[in-house]
Amino acid sequence: MIMTRRTTSTWLALLLTAVVTSHLQAQVASDRLVNAATEARNWLMYSGGYFSNRYSGLTQITPANAKNLELKWMYQAAVAGVWQTTPLVVDGVMYLTQRPNDVVALDAKTGRVFWIYRHTLDPTQIVCCGANNRGLAILGDTLYMGTLDAHLVAIDARTGRAVWNTKVAESKGGYSVTHAPLVVKDKVIVGVGGGEYGIRGFVAAFDARSGREAWRFYTIPAPGEPGGDSWKPCPPGSAVFCDPEAWKHGGGSVWVTGSYDPALNLTYWGVGNAGPDWNNEQRPGDNLYTDSVVALDADSGRLKWHYQFTPHDKYDYDSVQVPVLADITWQGQPLKAMVWANRNGNFYLLDRETGKFLVGKPFVKVNWMDKFDERGRPNQTPQPPGQPTWPGNQGGTNWYSPSYSPHTGLFYIPAWEGYATIFGGTPVEYQEGRNFGGGANRNFVPVPGAPALPGIRRGPINNWTEAVATGAVLAVDATTGEQKWKFPMTDVTDSGILTTASDVLFSGGREGYFQALDARTGSLLWKASLGAQIVSGPISYEVDGKQYVTAISGLSLCVFALRE
Amino acid sequence: MRAQLLFVAVLGLGTARPEAVAAQNPLAQNPAPGNPAAALPAVFAPADIAYGARLYDAQCTTCHGANGDGVGGVDLRSGKFRNGGTDQDLVRVITNGIPGTGMQAFKLDSSEIAGIIGFLRNMNAFDRGSVKLGDAGRGRTTFEGKGSCTRCHRIGAQGSRVAPDLSDIGATRSAGSLLRSMTEPTSQMMPINRPVRAVTRDGKIINGRRLNEDTYTVQLLDDQEKLVSLTKADLREYAILTVSPMPSYKDRLTESELADVVAYLLSLKGR
Repeated sequence: MIMTRRTTSTWLALLLTAVVTSHLQAQVASDRLVNAATEARNWLMYSGGYFSNRYSGLTQITPANAKNLELKWMYQAAVAGVWQTTPLVVDGVMYLTQRPNDVVALDAKTGRVFWIYRHTLDPTQIVCCGANNRGLAILGDTLYMGTLDAHLVAIDARTGRAVWNTKVAESKGGYSVTHAPLVVKDKVIVGVGGGEYGIRGFVAAFDARSGREAWRFYTIPAPGEPGGDSWKPCPPGSAVFCDPEAWKHGGGSVWVTGSYDPALNLTYWGVGNAGPDWNNEQRPGDNLYTDSVVALDADSGRLKWHYQFTPHDKYDYDSVQVPVLADITWQGQPLKAMVWANRNGNFYLLDRETGKFLVGKPFVKVNWMDKFDERGRPNQTPQPPGQPTWPGNQGGTNWYSPSYSPHTGLFYIPAWEGYATIFGGTPVEYQEGRNFGGGANRNFVPVPGAPALPGIRRGPINNWTEAVATGAVLAVDATTGEQKWKFPMTDVTDSGILTTASDVLFSGGREGYFQALDARTGSLLWKASLGAQIVSGPISYEVDGKQYVTAISGLSLCVFALRE
Repeated sequence: MRAQLLFVAVLGLGTARPEAVAAQNPLAQNPAPGNPAAALPAVFAPADIAYGARLYDAQCTTCHGANGDGVGGVDLRSGKFRNGGTDQDLVRVITNGIPGTGMQAFKLDSSEIAGIIGFLRNMNAFDRGSVKLGDAGRGRTTFEGKGSCTRCHRIGAQGSRVAPDLSDIGATRSAGSLLRSMTEPTSQMMPINRPVRAVTRDGKIINGRRLNEDTYTVQLLDDQEKLVSLTKADLREYAILTVSPMPSYKDRLTESELADVVAYLLSLKGR
């Protein structure tokens, strides 16, 4: 072909554009991930940075001008159901997952789509709580997504084509991967969900280039392994059903992304409930490492320490909350801290180097325990049969991301207040792929004899009302757990929280409001009624000098920025 | 025709539970919408059991007999059941049937389920003479006449909308709950229905029944039967009352009139 002058110049222009674009869309090397929290214009991992503070360094939106926020664009998903994803934003391109396991790349400034990757699910896959996926990880120019059929897929961020696809676990046994993976150095780390199906949970690392498994840490130790004796033998002649091999179906799911401390080379993961969830009598012992945080060597997966929030749980108090890391001053000394608002209703401060328990304090009404011993073991106070336990089954908080602001020193918790459940258990024998909950619970309704209210999923009418539970954003001192302010909401909240360096806090709730609060005082700065519950965590990013904030409400991703 | 077969799958061994009247309800963690088990009461009231006895007599005795032992090897009074002994297991058997047996699937609403389960749990202890369900026809007369219930409640196209519409109350509330609704109305008032009293900044007083509420607004049906949405920030006073405005009918109606009204309300299944 003979190239004319005009086509040559066109090609040169395209080449130049490609060079500029590729410069703008630089690869996300691991050093960028280490410094992700300081790269404020992007959102490079689920919680914004390895310390999982869900805190943005951007300052264009302030308490003074937040009232000028307006909708810039929306993107509508096609598949109904609660949408729990957190997008990534890399140099002007947004990557997000949508149900069941699609990945969408779109222009972060306009919302226009570049490509969609669709994962075909194994028809045998089962998950307890809907087709949830909470997001992606990136390394280089490859995206990583866990799937409902327990695969880990690597996807080319430029083309949306799969690079490799590795089976993490057997999906027909109830295993799934629902959280956003965590990339550490050259590995992609994921855990498995399925705590309602009698899985044996684990966290595993995969080589980012090949997809080959590098290490695996079982969250349920086998007999003879450290912690294995926390699955005690059944008492002889037990009057109640007891499973002598309970550990094999012990649960310990991992369904929210962990954190990483590069200096300590430790990766931290919250572990879910024991299996069966509620019939605790059939699994004697503390049931490690359920309802715990585990600190693992990022290269080997070896356990460095653990802390168990709820030993021998019978309330489904998963400890899958995002481990929030903070370097703080505590009792006059610098402390590498971990702050944690647990589903069991307590705030915790731990030393993340050693796992030492430093502070435990309820942030909502708690009556399943009344005090801690010096090592942080709770003194459990089980309620009589038929009596309510606070917090209820969904917890004082749950998987919704909290936020820590190094600027205010406050830790922000999405909380359910005044919420209780009457717990009960029924014996359940393990069958592969069958529900292994063993539950006989009722929502506590303080109106004796009134009909039961709907479960946790409901429509736009708040028929739970103040009689069952209310929601709140709680701001607590990260060193003591002492409440500094509270933003009360009439309905409960499943929304994560974002704070910014300009002291603006963004969060939503079941009511469908997306709100900006003053992070120092909790006062309302701005709100938008988005029409459906907000069930994910907001993020912030910047493109062409403009700061954006995201909220997902129902099937809509809504992106806000200041009015020009 | 053997269409009315019931409970063929249950196996009779042993005796009824001594704590039968206080049977606990093992509710599902998150019952699916429309799941009849969702409305099972924690403790079965005598009126539920009486309602269940009436349903049992109509639908189950053909096969199971009046005493629950009409199917060989099955004794419903024993409290032991081959296909699982929890209330949920029983609901499953009744609503799904048992393939390959004479036990067919029964389509029952939650009030009926509560009645049947309540009766099954209490077949031995229940004295049919002790609790009367009453007559629905007489109940309607009392409801519309002496009780003046339509001054606040609506059924179909009749009555006021100020209090909750009762057109399908017999499909959603158990018999025991309905009886208590009349004798102790506050105890059975769903929190969403609580009365709202609001005063606007310009002094206008608004009373109504709450339909929905969020952090910033409340939606209600006011005492003029108008749909009203209020922004809380615009109000001088705002209160959610926890006492039902409905009077107790404990002394206004006789025991037998109350039983008649319960029977009438149970017959209201909506469209």
